Amino acid sequence: MSTEAPAAAGTSDELARSPDPAEPPRKRRRPRVPLRARLRRDWPLLLMTAPAALLLLVFHYLPTLGNVVAFQDYNPYAGDGPLSAFLASEWIGFGNFNDLFGDPAFWDALWNTLTITVFQLVFFFPIPIALAILLNSVISGKLRAFIQTIVYLPHFFSWVLVVTFFVQMLGGAGLLAQELRQAGIEPPAIMTNPDTFIVLVTAESVWKDAGWGMIVFLAALAMIDPNLYEQSAVDGAGRWRRLWHVTLPGLRPVIVLLLILRLGDALSVGFEQFLLQRDAVGRDAAEVLDTFVYYQSITTGNFGFGAAAGLFKAAVGLVLILAANKVAHMIGERGLISKQ
Amino acid sequence: MSAQRAPWEEKPTAVGVAGKGAVLTVMALVVLIPLWSVLVTSLSSRKTINDAGGMVMVPKGIDASAYVTIFSGGIVTRALWVTTMVTVAGTLISLTLTVLAAYGLSRPGSVGHRPLLFFFLLTFLIYPGLVPSYLVVTGVGLKDSLWALILPTAISVFNLVVVRGFFQGLPQELMDSARIDGAGEFRILWRIVLPLARPVIAVVGLFYAVGYWNVWFNALLYIDSNDKFPIQNILRSMVIQGQSPNFSGQSVGSLPPTQAIKMAVVVVTVVPIVMVYPFIQRHFVKGVIVGAIKG
Repeated sequence: MSTEAPAAAGTSDELARSPDPAEPPRKRRRPRVPLRARLRRDWPLLLMTAPAALLLLVFHYLPTLGNVVAFQDYNPYAGDGPLSAFLASEWIGFGNFNDLFGDPAFWDALWNTLTITVFQLVFFFPIPIALAILLNSVISGKLRAFIQTIVYLPHFFSWVLVVTFFVQMLGGAGLLAQELRQAGIEPPAIMTNPDTFIVLVTAESVWKDAGWGMIVFLAALAMIDPNLYEQSAVDGAGRWRRLWHVTLPGLRPVIVLLLILRLGDALSVGFEQFLLQRDAVGRDAAEVLDTFVYYQSITTGNFGFGAAAGLFKAAVGLVLILAANKVAHMIGERGLISKQ
Repeated sequence: MSAQRAPWEEKPTAVGVAGKGAVLTVMALVVLIPLWSVLVTSLSSRKTINDAGGMVMVPKGIDASAYVTIFSGGIVTRALWVTTMVTVAGTLISLTLTVLAAYGLSRPGSVGHRPLLFFFLLTFLIYPGLVPSYLVVTGVGLKDSLWALILPTAISVFNLVVVRGFFQGLPQELMDSARIDGAGEFRILWRIVLPLARPVIAVVGLFYAVGYWNVWFNALLYIDSNDKFPIQNILRSMVIQGQSPNFSGQSVGSLPPTQAIKMAVVVVTVVPIVMVYPFIQRHFVKGVIVGAIKG
């Protein structure tokens, strides 16, 4: 749950590539080897894959199946452990979903989540693009490497550290408040104000990940054919027209790809980030779907209800990502999952 | 890297240069100021901290007593020890299983290759959700066990795909000739592939290590005993939630200022990241990501 997915680009690229398009013809050409012989040849490969596959089976696919508790009045105390409790619990069909959709707190959390997603799409998403274009125009390689080294670093900090730094800088006892007080100004409540919380969390995300987000765009910029720039310059295009007609089209596939991924994740907004700050700013502003699930299930023991909320979120996420992928195909981009 | 402006490019305007310089400076300072301030505060005496009003920007002498306190036993020392163990053990396990599976999945046409690959890649689209994961992890008896911080997150399919891609990019003739000479797959992996794959394995290992070092939420979920909490959880309760640290065996009056202790905990949480970071940056940024995109 808390492991990092370092960068989305490689992932999606691999999904787009596999199964390898060059594979089927080659396979047909290969003479048929009997399964027995192939097994004798390949068993070490299977043995090597087995432990990792087993871990995914237990900790990924088994819980995926475990989502059926969403259709139960799951009682954790009905048995000695989760399995016997699961077997002993009563099936109630869509009862949990009825409760969920009838719960105003759920709609509040959903609304908060969507608002924050849209806000970050507008105020976070373009920043790495702009920074990458800016940094790419810096001619000194040394300066560029220096800036990159500094702005990538916060990506590797945990959310606990990021929130800690923000508290120490902008909190009531932080650096900013202390300087303002010495200048005779009453410092504003930044870390605890529900009204501006959406700006705060976006600022935190920018601080942590905007620099890291540049990498993909810097790589894409490096792949734009320099001749295109030269030719358009010869044809009389100024720097802004070159930006519009050469640079941005060059970035378009990456932008579309990342938008798709973001859309598929529209219902996730930095779980740990919100969990860490929910106490400070209160539920009204900081309750998002993920924290809702956590507080409705783990802390209260109402597992069936929490699983229903989680399942709703996963289902919507899957639909969103497939739909976005479809749209990308329709407008002629390669998208995330390419057709074979 | 072109160190010169192309002849057809316009000369930059003064405003443009100034604006660009300002943005770059702000970008750097926004990251550096918090790091600097926390470091300096952790090394400051009570008087310096009180004079500054909490956070110190200008160092006046060095007072390392906060570090002496957090390393002389107690909850922070224990948490650092726990986190180090989880990080080392977890990274070794993750790396071993990832490399093995990446190699096992690197040969199209082997038995079960396509369904197995699908099995791994499908995890990108379908994820289980918090409640069932919690039920499974507790159900297999990992509640309050440090294994709960390792096993559920041991395999990152993203990392696996990166390693697999690297393996597939190696010249296959090397392995074919070894096979003809009678070497088994394990031997080929150990003797031929691994020595060639050192950079990618280093980077993926560091990614795993950073992930384990940063573990917080899973500990919140699964750990009950106070002496098993990792450093991130201690950091949270001390700095974000403002609970005062409990250092038994020292009278309150002799303790260094709370602020310096808190900042020292921040520093010891940051330092390992900053130490491995140059390696990640050197290999990862140039090699893996760019390679993955170009591929």
